[in-house]
Amino acid sequence: MTSFKQINDATDLTMENAIIKTTGNVFVDKPRMSARNVNVYYGDKHAIRDVTIDIAEQEVIAFIGPSGCGKSTFLRTLNRMNDTIDICRVSGEIALDGENIYAPSVDVVPLRARVGMVFQKPNPFPKSIYDNIAYGPRIHGLARNKAELDDIVQSALERAGLWNEVKDRLDQPGTGLSGGQQQRLCIARAIAVSPEVILMDEPCSALDPIATARVEELIEELKQQYTIVIVTHSMQQAARVSDRTAYFHLGDLVEVGRTEQIFTNPSHKLTQDYITGRFG
Amino acid sequence: MAFTTQLSLLLIIALAFYTFAKRSVTSARNRGELFHSLPNYYGLWVGLAASLPAILLLILWSVIDIQLFQHWVRDYYPAEILAAGGSQEVVALAKVENLVAGIRFGDPEAWVVEASSAWSAWEHSSTTAKTVVALLLSISGGFVAYRKISNQFRARNAVERILFWALISASTIAILTTIGIVLSVLFETIRFFQLVPPTEFIFGTEWNPQFEGAERAGTGGGDAKYGMLPMFAGTFLISAIALVVAVPVGLASAIYLAEYSTPKVRATIKPLLEILAGVPTVVYGFFAALTVAPMIKQAGESVGLTVASESALAAGLVMGVMIIPFVSSLADDVINAIPQALRDAAYGLGSTKSETTRQVVLPAALPGIVAAVILAVSRAVGETMIVVMAAGLAANLSFNPLDAVTTVTSQIVTILVGDQEFESAKTLSAFALSTMLIILTLGLNFFALQIVKKYREQYD
Amino acid sequence: MTDNQFMGLSPQEATLRVEASLRQRRKREKRFRLMGLAAVALALSFLVILFTGILSKGLPGMFQYYVQLDVELDRARLDPAGDLSAASLYSGDAEALILEASLASIGEEEGRKTKRALRKMVSSGASIRLIEFVQSNPQVLNTKQTIKFAVDDDIDSFLRGFIDRETPEKDRRIDDLTIDIVDRWQAAGLISYELSDYLFFGSASRDAEMAGIKGALIGSLLTLAICISIAFPLGVAAAIYLEELAPKNRWTELIEININNLAAVPSVVFGIMGLTIFIVTFGMPRSIPLVGGVVLALMTLPTIIISSRAAIRAVPPSIRDAALGIGASKMQVIFHHVIPLAMPGMLTGTIIGMAQALGETAPLLMIGMVAFIVDIPAGFMDPATVLPVQIFMWADFAERMFIQKTSAAIIVLLAFLITMNAAAIALRKKLERRW
Repeated sequence: MTSFKQINDATDLTMENAIIKTTGNVFVDKPRMSARNVNVYYGDKHAIRDVTIDIAEQEVIAFIGPSGCGKSTFLRTLNRMNDTIDICRVSGEIALDGENIYAPSVDVVPLRARVGMVFQKPNPFPKSIYDNIAYGPRIHGLARNKAELDDIVQSALERAGLWNEVKDRLDQPGTGLSGGQQQRLCIARAIAVSPEVILMDEPCSALDPIATARVEELIEELKQQYTIVIVTHSMQQAARVSDRTAYFHLGDLVEVGRTEQIFTNPSHKLTQDYITGRFG
Repeated sequence: MAFTTQLSLLLIIALAFYTFAKRSVTSARNRGELFHSLPNYYGLWVGLAASLPAILLLILWSVIDIQLFQHWVRDYYPAEILAAGGSQEVVALAKVENLVAGIRFGDPEAWVVEASSAWSAWEHSSTTAKTVVALLLSISGGFVAYRKISNQFRARNAVERILFWALISASTIAILTTIGIVLSVLFETIRFFQLVPPTEFIFGTEWNPQFEGAERAGTGGGDAKYGMLPMFAGTFLISAIALVVAVPVGLASAIYLAEYSTPKVRATIKPLLEILAGVPTVVYGFFAALTVAPMIKQAGESVGLTVASESALAAGLVMGVMIIPFVSSLADDVINAIPQALRDAAYGLGSTKSETTRQVVLPAALPGIVAAVILAVSRAVGETMIVVMAAGLAANLSFNPLDAVTTVTSQIVTILVGDQEFESAKTLSAFALSTMLIILTLGLNFFALQIVKKYREQYD
Repeated sequence: MTDNQFMGLSPQEATLRVEASLRQRRKREKRFRLMGLAAVALALSFLVILFTGILSKGLPGMFQYYVQLDVELDRARLDPAGDLSAASLYSGDAEALILEASLASIGEEEGRKTKRALRKMVSSGASIRLIEFVQSNPQVLNTKQTIKFAVDDDIDSFLRGFIDRETPEKDRRIDDLTIDIVDRWQAAGLISYELSDYLFFGSASRDAEMAGIKGALIGSLLTLAICISIAFPLGVAAAIYLEELAPKNRWTELIEININNLAAVPSVVFGIMGLTIFIVTFGMPRSIPLVGGVVLALMTLPTIIISSRAAIRAVPPSIRDAALGIGASKMQVIFHHVIPLAMPGMLTGTIIGMAQALGETAPLLMIGMVAFIVDIPAGFMDPATVLPVQIFMWADFAERMFIQKTSAAIIVLLAFLITMNAAAIALRKKLERRW
């Protein structure tokens, strides 16, 4: 009986304890996106607690942390994908190029065209490969004619490294590709809208190691042009692809820093425990 | 003795056996003997043995003896009735049965009185015999089962085996019903096709069964016409009108409820819409005939159109309203089955809700929606009361919604309600129509289920 | 692709083009949303129109007009044999006594024309009512009693304003003299508008003012009793077999295909099966609740099987494993654990199936439950009709008053259906369990 009570108290403590102050440097000189005191609630649950962080231009920043730490939730606030969940509430301020994306006047449609997203599981539309890529440009009216649309589709597929594999079967369904190809198709689909930022929510978790390696190479190339925020469950992946790393723990942003610094010399005890495999 | 009395007698005996067996096993257990199963199972075993065979015998006997009497009573019919056969015999049988039941219409003929007294005598001895045999079977069954009880006897397994077979036989009812439906229309349809050639029935464009087909069979000519096309044209016309109402409204409300409304609004509106499906069809028929049809007639005539007072439009519109919830709830299921990941993909690219719905969700849901529409067609084709009450009986081969048309179901009802003569082509034609109706609805259903099945595989 | 250097649009250019497309898209979004909303509104308005239409006609149908007469209950004339037996009372002079009372009510003694008019103004069921009144209260004999009698349906329609007094006499269903008498009754305060006792306690009748739904209601209940006692056990048993015991083989598949097909067969076809199999082949009587109940049971069986199977499937396997793990037999698992847990779902499905059966008309027409039956059925083998069929028959009658009576009967039917469905919803809500 007593032990049960203690466990309860312990969980209560972790939930209710004071918000951990972020260590490391959260700010950058010329931020593309900046979050200030962001809180996210799912109904009564306080999922993200007072997170402040900047995301620089043309960098890859990785969000890491144990399951349920809120890293995916925070990622989804960056292009307001949380809007699709009824019980989700966001407070604080997130700015894209200095403009608050949660301001009442902001329309999510152009916002999401500027901040694209790639999901955990490859989710191609049940349409042809061509139509998958062309979908975004079509709805946003990006191409003025068919030739321009063809150009957009080809360049997106080229940049996603998929062109040579699919150029002869653009009219076949996107769902017929392999898992890794599907995910690269989804990345190409996001690129085709010419976004400024690409959010990637554990993009490799459903892929085998070889497909994962191809996607990581792709991220490396894409960072020349885009800002990439990647949520990953794999510390190795974060170490391989990212410039900066942010460590989330139970809804708190614990530590932010250069990736090599986080992995070699973390300053917060929780980060150290996670990196060394005490939990997670 | 009435069937219920016999039945309750058997149940009392079974209960007595149950209690007795259960008690004796309990007391044996209390003396320290070990049994395979609990006392309750021994009781059940003996009780079932005392009741099941006897009840089955009773039911079987009751079904068979009436058949026998009907056969034997023909010996009493005057020769001319036997010679005329068919409907004459049906009437003769009804006379005898009425008198047996104590219903007297005027002064019955002598042979009727004789036949009915013979019938009563048969009935009396049959009842006595079956009661005695059933009781004997019950008691002996109980005793045999009781004698079988020993420590080693696995009563639970025996009872469970009986239960198992009972469950199996319950599930075969579905098959028996299907066989019953097929047989009930098959023979009469064949007989109809002996009177009227199938090609004339299937491709005939005129329907006029008012004149006796039996005569026609003899003379080889006549005025009766049995072409089913006008009825099927009417059925399709009314179904088409119904779908024009139901599909857009049903689909659009399903989309709104699935993609736009808050869960709270959805939880209130869905049951409200389903009320429309729960209203009995006879109410819709009354509403169509009394309110909608006159309204359409008035409206049509005010702009100078000729409108039949029982127009296809009235029946079709009201039927459409009835089918709305059917379409919307099927479409709702289909739309909700589309994975959220697809919507997320579209939203993630910056689609608006309507773009996501129109360009991603609906195309993906299309096979399911098509299946839903086919099921709605099947429902509309088989609907009876609305058309009986509001569509009239004029067998016009017309596609004008303002004309009066008739449908397959309303012809079936009109022909078969009341007394029928099973020899006439007119009566038999209703069975041929039913066969066509069954083939059509089952075909549509099969088609829809195939689509749904294929579609499920795609997302599983 | 000729231009290999093309690197897609720059984000700045893309943003501009997106912004340009927005106005049009917002408009389209709004239009689409409005379309959905309009569809919902339209569907709901159909519901409102249907219900207001029926309520507005049916609620007045619950009431009818009565005239209050002082009848001299002269025993010698009412009961010639003096033994208060039905035979004696029905051979008595009840009708004449009522006619005299109605003459007295307008203060006239004689007059052939008046008499003829009056005879058609009080319901032809009045003498029966008088006799029944005397039978149950013999002490009123030889006194003067005030009794309310229903007025004839034409008078009722006139009082409701469906017959216009400005219409020329020859085009009117009632003549000037009749209208004059009605006016005098009204002036004397003899006419009253009351809840119709005939509607609820009367039986089928060609006279609109005397027609009631009691017989049909009892017929419906008898039919439903047969239906539920066949469909529920069979449906649940079949569902248990198919979910818990059946091997996956062609036989099981055949059963499942059959169930799905039966669910799609039009209801009228079940009626044809009932006609040929039970009535023609087995020689069972027409119009009886037993046959009706069996036909409806076969019709609702697929509904019950399908919902029961869903309820059984919702019981988590862990519960079965737990029971099997402590040595229960397969049957014990089913009867001790699965059935009790699945029961709410099974009951819900059964109630919905019964509601469907209660509203069903077409198959019952086929087996002759459409006959004109005056007697109230006393058992499963008595000729009977059911409420929806009664509605169907009344809808065919020409008298104006039958429209109200039909609508009133519909209200009663709908009240039953809504109660049943509400019970099903409440049951589901109350016993719903999330695993």
